[in-house]
Amino acid sequence: MSNEAIIQVEHGAGQEIHELHEGHHHHQSFITKYVFSQDHKMIAKQFLITGMIWAIIGGLMSVLFRIQLGYPDASFPILEDIFGHWAKGGKIQPEFYYALITMHGTILVFFVLTAGLSGTFANLLIPLQIGARDMASPMLNMLSYWFFFSASMVLFSSLFVQTGPAAGGWTVYPPLSALGDASQGSKIGMDLWLVALALFVISTLLGGLNYVSTILNMRTKGMSMTRMPLTIWAILFTAILGILSFPVLFSGFILLLFDRHLGTSFYLSDIVIGGKVLPNEGGSAILYQHLFWFLGHPEVYIIILPTMGLVSEVMSVNARKPIFGYMAMVGSLFAITVLAFLVWAHHMFVTGLNPFLGSFFVLLTLLIAVPSAIKVFNWLTTLWRGNIQFTTAMLFAIGFVSMFISGGLTGIFLGNSTLDMHLHDTYFVIAHFHIVMGISAFLGMFAGIYHWFPKMFGRYLNSTLGNLHFWITLVCAYIIFWPMHYEGFAGMPRRYYDYSSWESFKDFVELNKVISFAAILSFAAQLMFVFNFFYSIFYGRKVTTMNPWHSSTLEWTTPINPGHGNWPGEIPEVHRWPYDYGKDGKDFIAQTTPVDESESKH
Amino acid sequence: MSTTVPAGYKWWSGGKSPFNVSYGKLMMWYFLMSDTFTFGAFLISYATIRMSQNYWPDPNHVFNTFPGFGHTNLPLAFVSLMTFILIMSSVTMVLAVNAGHHMNRRGVEKWMAWTIVGGLAFLGCQAWEWTHLITGEHAVLINGKIQEISTTVKGNPWGPAVAGLMHDGHQVNTPGPIAFGGFFFGITGFHGFHVFSGVVINLIMLIKTKLGHFEQRGHYEMIEKAGLYWHFVDLVWVFVFLCFYLV
Repeated sequence: MSNEAIIQVEHGAGQEIHELHEGHHHHQSFITKYVFSQDHKMIAKQFLITGMIWAIIGGLMSVLFRIQLGYPDASFPILEDIFGHWAKGGKIQPEFYYALITMHGTILVFFVLTAGLSGTFANLLIPLQIGARDMASPMLNMLSYWFFFSASMVLFSSLFVQTGPAAGGWTVYPPLSALGDASQGSKIGMDLWLVALALFVISTLLGGLNYVSTILNMRTKGMSMTRMPLTIWAILFTAILGILSFPVLFSGFILLLFDRHLGTSFYLSDIVIGGKVLPNEGGSAILYQHLFWFLGHPEVYIIILPTMGLVSEVMSVNARKPIFGYMAMVGSLFAITVLAFLVWAHHMFVTGLNPFLGSFFVLLTLLIAVPSAIKVFNWLTTLWRGNIQFTTAMLFAIGFVSMFISGGLTGIFLGNSTLDMHLHDTYFVIAHFHIVMGISAFLGMFAGIYHWFPKMFGRYLNSTLGNLHFWITLVCAYIIFWPMHYEGFAGMPRRYYDYSSWESFKDFVELNKVISFAAILSFAAQLMFVFNFFYSIFYGRKVTTMNPWHSSTLEWTTPINPGHGNWPGEIPEVHRWPYDYGKDGKDFIAQTTPVDESESKH
Repeated sequence: MSTTVPAGYKWWSGGKSPFNVSYGKLMMWYFLMSDTFTFGAFLISYATIRMSQNYWPDPNHVFNTFPGFGHTNLPLAFVSLMTFILIMSSVTMVLAVNAGHHMNRRGVEKWMAWTIVGGLAFLGCQAWEWTHLITGEHAVLINGKIQEISTTVKGNPWGPAVAGLMHDGHQVNTPGPIAFGGFFFGITGFHGFHVFSGVVINLIMLIKTKLGHFEQRGHYEMIEKAGLYWHFVDLVWVFVFLCFYLV
C-alpha cells in the first residue's frame, strides 16, 4: 500500500513509481476516518489531543501539590469533597502528595512531551515536508497511536485504584518501587505504571521505526537530505534516540517486574522491611539507575530536539531570513544525539560513583554545551536584522530561545560533579530541568501548534488569546522557576511534603506562596489555550490561501484541507533547500521552484 | 538488486531509497538494532552483578547432563546440541530465502518447514533443560543442616563445595549466588520468547506461502524479513551461550 516511493530498479535506476491515491477517495465511515485512521494527519491530531488531555491532568496535579507547598497550613474542604480520604480534612495527605508528583513527572515527560510532541509533529510534518503520501507503514503508525492510547488507559486507571498510583518519584527507583510492602505507592499502582510504560515503549518503537524509514526512504524527487527542513532532521535524530534508548529502559522494567513478582534479586540486597529480613541477596539498586538513566538522559533530548526543529523552522519563516548555519544546525543536532548516550551517569554523581569515572561524565556533559551554544547563536543570528513577523508562533519561538539559554546555563552548574554534590536533589535541579526541557519544550511545541494549526484544521488560532497565552506563560514560568534556583542553592531538597517545619527552609514559605500563585495562574492560561484550540477548530478564522505564512516548504503546496495522500496530483519535485527567504529581492522562493540561471548562490 | 547503477548515481537525492531496500527491510534492521540494545542491557546487567559476586557457579558443573544419560558427566554436551540445532535452522532459513529469490514455492515451503522444526526442537530442548534445573535437587549445607534444593530464581545449590562433606555419595555444596537463577532464567527465557515469536512468524510465513500470497505478489521479501529476524535470534543465542555457558 505504501510501497509507492520504493525504487523499482528494474525500470531504470532512479525512476520512481508513485501509485497515485486519486482513485482512493472512497467513502470513509466515521470509524475509519476519525478513530482507526491510517492518515498521518489524523493520527497527528489524535496524538495532539490525547497529549493535551494528559497535559491538563498532569498540570492539574502540579496545581494540587503547589497548593500543599504554598499553603501547608491551610485547609480546603473542597479537596476532601473531591478526593475523599486522599485529602482528609481538606489537606493533601503525604501519600497523595507523593503520588501527585510522581504522576506529574511521568505524565509530562512521557505522555505529553514525548508522545504528545513527537507523535504530533513527526506524524504531521514528515510526509508533508519531505513530499510523501503518508508514512512508510500507515498501519504501524496507527498501531503506534493505539499502543499509546492503551498505555494511557492503563496509567489513567491506576489513578483510581484503592492504594493509589505509583508514588516513588517518576524514576521509580528500587528498592522502594520493587517492594509492595515498602509503601502504598508501590502496590498495584506500581504494576500498572510499569505495564503502561511498557506499552508506551512499544508505541514509541513502532512510531520511531516508521519515522526513520519514512524519512530515509520516501523523500520526494530532489529532496536530498540537505534539502530537508530542520524539523525533519530533528525528528530523525529524535526517532533514532528513541529506538536505541527505550529498549534499555524496557529491559530495566522487565527486571523490576521480576523482582516485584517472581522473587528475583536483580535490584535487591540486604533489605529489612518492617523488622523482617528479606531473602533477596546480591542485587544492586544502582544497576536500575544505570538502566533507567541510559534512557532517562536521551529522553530529555527526545523531548527537546523536536522543538529545536520546530523553532528553527518557525523562526526562519517569521524572520523572513534563511536559517543561519543550516549545516551547523544539522551537525549540532547530530552531536547532541551522540553525546546524549554518553552522559547518563551525571544523574548519579551521588550514588557512590567512582569520582575518576565521574570526571569523564563531567567532561562529556559539559561538551553538550558546545552544540547547544552553536544552536543558540544560530537562532540569534537568524533573528539578527531579520524582518521579524511577530506572529504568536514567533513569540513562542523567541521565548523558547530565552528559556533554553536560562536553563542551559544552569546545566553547566549541575554538570560539574563537585557542584552537583551540593545541588543534587534540590530545587536547583527542579528549576534547571523544568526551564530547559519543560517550559522550553512547551514553548517550542506551542510555536509549532500556532504555526501549523492552519495546516491541521484549515483555520487560525485566535492570536489575541494566543499573545495573552504567551506572555502569561513566559512571565509565570520565570516567576515559578527563577526563585527555585535560590531555594536550591540554600539546600532545599525536592520532593519534601512540608518545608515550614524545617528551620533551614522556613524563610522560603512566603516565596513558595508566590511560586504557587504563579503556577496556578499559568495553569489558567493553559486552559485558555485549550479553549482557544477547540473553539478555533470549529469557529476560528478560515484560512483562505494555501500558504498563509509565505513559507517555502512543501506542506504549504498542499490544498488548504488536504485529503489522504496530501497532494491531489503528482507529488511536487524539489529543487532547492527550504530556506530561500529574502533572496535576490524576492520575499521567498518555494522549494518547488526550479533554480534560475541568473540566481545568486547562497 | 540491480547491477546497472551508473557511476556517480546520487542515492541520497530523494525519490528513492538511499540503501536500495524497501521500507519494511529498513524497519526490520532498525528494529533489530533496537532489540540489540534490549539484550545488550540484559547481558551487561548480568555481567555487572556477576562481577560483583565473590563466587559464581562453574557452568561445566551446572550444565553437565544429557537426557537419557542419567548422571553421566557430559559438560555442555546438551547445550552444544541446542546450539547446533539453532544454527542449522538458520541454514535452512538461508535456503528458504534463496528458494524465494528463485520464486521456487515448493523450496520455500520445504525449507520454512524445516526452520520451524528447528525452532521447535530448540524450544523443546530449552524446556527440558529448565525442567531439569528446576526439579533436579542437590545436597546443600544451609545453617548447619543438609538440605536438597534445586535451581530457581530464589536460590541454587551451586555454591562452593564444603570440603570433605558427602551426602548419598554426592559432594555437598553451600548455596550459590541467588542472582544466578534470576539472570539465567530471565535472559534465556527472554531469548526463548524471541525464538517462540520467531517460530510463530515463520509459521505465518509458511501458511502465506502455501496460500500463494507471495507468488501473487511476485516476490518473497517477507521471507527475507522473517529471515533477518531469525538470524538475529540465532546471533543473540551465540552471545547468550558465550555469557552463560562458556565463561
